[in-house]
Amino acid sequence: MYVAVKGGERAIDNAHRLLDHERRGDAAVPELSLAQIKEQMTLAVDRVMTEGSLYDRDLAALAIKQARGDLMEAIFLLRAYRTTLPRLAVSEPIDTARMTVRRRISATYKDLPGGQVLGPTFDYTHRLLDFRLAAETDAPPPEPERAEARQDETVPRVTDLLNHEGLIEHERPADAAPVGDITREPLSFPAGRDVRLQTLARGDEGWLLGLAYSTQRGYGRTHPFAGEIRMGEVAVEIVPEELGFAIDIGEVTVTECQMINQFKGSKAAPPQFTRGYGLTFGHGERKAMAMALVDRSLRAEDLGEDLVAPAQDQEFVLSHCDNVEASGFVQHLKLPHYVDFQGELVTVRTLRKDHDKRQEAADAAE
Amino acid sequence: MTTDDVAARQRWMGILARTPLPRLEEAFAALPEPPAYEALRRPEIGSALVRARAGGSGQRFNMGEMTVTRCSVRTAEGAVGHAYVAGRSRRKAELAAVFDALLQTPRHRRRLLNDLIEPQAEVLAAARAATVAEAAATRVEFFTMVRGED
Repeated sequence: MYVAVKGGERAIDNAHRLLDHERRGDAAVPELSLAQIKEQMTLAVDRVMTEGSLYDRDLAALAIKQARGDLMEAIFLLRAYRTTLPRLAVSEPIDTARMTVRRRISATYKDLPGGQVLGPTFDYTHRLLDFRLAAETDAPPPEPERAEARQDETVPRVTDLLNHEGLIEHERPADAAPVGDITREPLSFPAGRDVRLQTLARGDEGWLLGLAYSTQRGYGRTHPFAGEIRMGEVAVEIVPEELGFAIDIGEVTVTECQMINQFKGSKAAPPQFTRGYGLTFGHGERKAMAMALVDRSLRAEDLGEDLVAPAQDQEFVLSHCDNVEASGFVQHLKLPHYVDFQGELVTVRTLRKDHDKRQEAADAAE
Repeated sequence: MTTDDVAARQRWMGILARTPLPRLEEAFAALPEPPAYEALRRPEIGSALVRARAGGSGQRFNMGEMTVTRCSVRTAEGAVGHAYVAGRSRRKAELAAVFDALLQTPRHRRRLLNDLIEPQAEVLAAARAATVAEAAATRVEFFTMVRGED
């Protein structure tokens, strides 16, 4: 129960004024520009777009600045803005085989066609603090090396390319089925894979990472291999009614992870490698990998596996993976609960009185 | 419209959507006379739901949304131009719609293709080639060491 409490207005105004002041920090230090955030905090921008579920680098940068770098708060801001936008179009499914690939690796096939392309990665860095960055010289880093190369329009996915024996499950389109949308229809259970993937795609990276890790440690083991991870730009196409044909509206950067999982077979499916899928906006490799592991573990029921672990429990995983909802419900505890608490106080006082009385009676009886 | 006409229009609309606003302004200013046009649909900012497929090739799902701005115009000569462009620039959507209309007008088409669309296509292709070349330099070149005599 909440009660309207008056008298806080002035305090709230002043608190927000103080917040603006703290956000700015020392006025002697130049103000952070959105362009700087967009260009130099790119992975923060990517995460905010992915979990904010809205691809717009400028808005994500603004949200990060406004939230003082608190990414979850920034995600909340972007989600709130998203609800104000009229939906003008629904895209054709993006085709990740037609990506301009900037990174593509496979942990299952060394000699994949096109090779292992590392791209801009933290992998193989030594994770030692680089004090050259603290020097803040204006000298730009050396230009990236370039190598003679041609990339075809289509770079086939490893899972499609190297599956001659058909031992890896095929993912086939089923376009007659409508596509669930959790922004219009609240989540209900059991949820189809379309709804699960949409929920995971905007889900909290930390939550998914922890659950993915739990499957690796034995809670619903799925024996995964990273079949392929790729990152780069894909075109987004829509078919406007007034035109009746597909047009490109621009491109988005995405990261895709194809996880391949050993599977002994069940009543429902033969022994084969099954698959889990992860997809994020921007460069979100850790999130894409965690999502793929959790997508696979949530397929347990469809594949006739025993449900024994938290990461296989749809309702547990999906109902708690949204950090805007989670943060809202946890943080609402800060709001005034004065009357609730007064009520509880009365109850506990009465219980305590009864308890003491019983105790006295018991002591007297001894 | 013939299939060729549709293909040509799809191509220029895709290129216009990826052309930075300053370049569109420049091309607009370079027109021999400012074109007369009216808005059929004023520039409107909204979202496009971005779809993907499970495993890249399977069941469709909604991965998220992106911002998009649309606009429709009709020129004094009667050509109708449409634009849907990623992002939130109303002016960019308006100019892209105007150019779409002009490109459908025979007396403007050749010059706009030569002055705006083809050069921009080259800029985009060069940017893609640079991206691909930078990625290619990070390709792992495995080599196998021969061990033992056999």
